[in-house]
Amino acid sequence: MRSLKKDERVRIGVTLNGRKVAAEAEPRMLLSDFLRHALGATGTHVGCEHGICGACTVLIDGVATRSCLTLAVQVEGREVKTVESLAGANGALNPLQQAFRDNHALQCGFCTPGILMSFTDYLARNPHPSEAEIRDVLNGHLCRCTGYAGIVKAVKQVAKG
Amino acid sequence: MKPRPFDYLRPDTIEETVALLAEYGEDARVLAGGQSLVPMLNLRLIEADALIDISQIAALDVISDRGDKIEIGAAVTQNRLLAWPQLAEKLPLLAAALPHVGHFQARNRGTVCGSIAHADPSSELPLALALLGGEIVLKSKRGERVLAAQDFHKDMLTTARAGDELITSVRFPAGKGAGVAFREVARRHGDFAIIAVAAVAEDKHVRLGVGGMAGRPLVRRIAMNEAVAAIAAWADELEGYEDLHASAAMRRDLFRNLAPRVVEEAIRCAV
Ligand SMILES: Cc1cc2nc3c(=O)[nH]c(=O)nc-3n(C[C@H](O)[C@H](O)[C@H](O)COP(=O)(O)OP(=O)(O)OC[C@H]3O[C@@H](n4cnc5c(N)ncnc54)[C@H](O)[C@@H]3O)c2cc1C
Ligand code: FES
Ligand code: FES
Repeated sequence: MRSLKKDERVRIGVTLNGRKVAAEAEPRMLLSDFLRHALGATGTHVGCEHGICGACTVLIDGVATRSCLTLAVQVEGREVKTVESLAGANGALNPLQQAFRDNHALQCGFCTPGILMSFTDYLARNPHPSEAEIRDVLNGHLCRCTGYAGIVKAVKQVAKG
Repeated sequence: MKPRPFDYLRPDTIEETVALLAEYGEDARVLAGGQSLVPMLNLRLIEADALIDISQIAALDVISDRGDKIEIGAAVTQNRLLAWPQLAEKLPLLAAALPHVGHFQARNRGTVCGSIAHADPSSELPLALALLGGEIVLKSKRGERVLAAQDFHKDMLTTARAGDELITSVRFPAGKGAGVAFREVARRHGDFAIIAVAAVAEDKHVRLGVGGMAGRPLVRRIAMNEAVAAIAAWADELEGYEDLHASAAMRRDLFRNLAPRVVEEAIRCAV
């Protein structure tokens, strides 16, 4: 059994984007803050901190999850993937990222990391979704810039190919 | 924006969990998917002395087919149940209702039992459990008890669960025929429903359920050939309530208009 007192700071080890890393956290530290402030992985963005906006979405053991609704201690020993994992060597964009670029699926880019991680999980489960299914997953994200049309187009491009 | 400090406990077994609940009682909160609990902690709407994290207990991550009942353990997520191959055959009402529970990302973590424990009056799963006549299994150091859905859900966010009890599973009656329907009205898909309506067609009757009209889901059995009149009479009786999303009058109107369609759909699916 894992048992931590309120003010106890412990080292939390995780596999972040394929690398074993560790940093200190107290029980109440959210995974979103742990990633950004303790591990310096600032690609994951934080909007609402109550599960609505989707900006903070990461993969935990491959499953798209709100990092703002997860405690850092909960991912101890598990595998976390963030937007930093997507591009290849020398920053070459992966097909999903390239499709976002091709289809004007981002403007300010604040929402983009979370959306990319949601579809990374979803397309692995369902590689050829319908537009309705794409829109359904996109429901879990807020984008204040693009109006979503470009995002739907980008995901459709990847889903076809 | 951070939760207030709390102790964090991650037991490995049901027995350890029950022992911790006996020790902490009301001061602890069970942490399942965290999709309702952590937002409330982050917004400091509630505070807890300790969180008891049950999300990684393997013994609770089980869907079991018990013939006339399907038992769903407390660590089973909503998406795991949605992906269960027998869902449409065994629990057709849940196959219809689950896609309305939040969105993909919240269902990846949110549990079936957590939604029932949370008892939001407009949430889909408590409505489905009430309509099907399901049960909740509660465990504490004092023993185990099984409550019928209508005895468990008391009012808005209020249940019969005692502070030291763990919900280990919920049981949905299986295969009550294909004559089921579920619809809801929400501002956007994935939002909490303003009202949700579900129906199960029986021989000459329909069991009709509504969420979002009172502090808990309401269920009534009505005759098939008088359904429209029965719904209108029920709508007149219901008070509804007002919140940010809708007035009580709008809720009654939504029910009056939506329920006949849901009933019709359930009857159509039954034949
Ligand atoms: C953006 C967003 C949209 C949502 N939309 C909807 C929606 O449309 N419809 C809907 O129904 N829900 C919705 N939800 C809530 C979601 O369904 C939650 O998953 C669910 O209400 C709670 O389940 P959980 O496993 O996350 O429980 P938690 O958040 O971990 O716990 C909720 C409460 O139940 C208690 N609890 C949990 N499990 C147990 C147990 N086994 N024994 C005793 N007590 C327990 C906790 O202590 C806590 O008080 C939404 C959530 C988000 C973030
Ligand atoms: S910051 Fe997590 S969902 Fe908005
Ligand atoms: S691109 Fe600006 S919020 Fe989506």
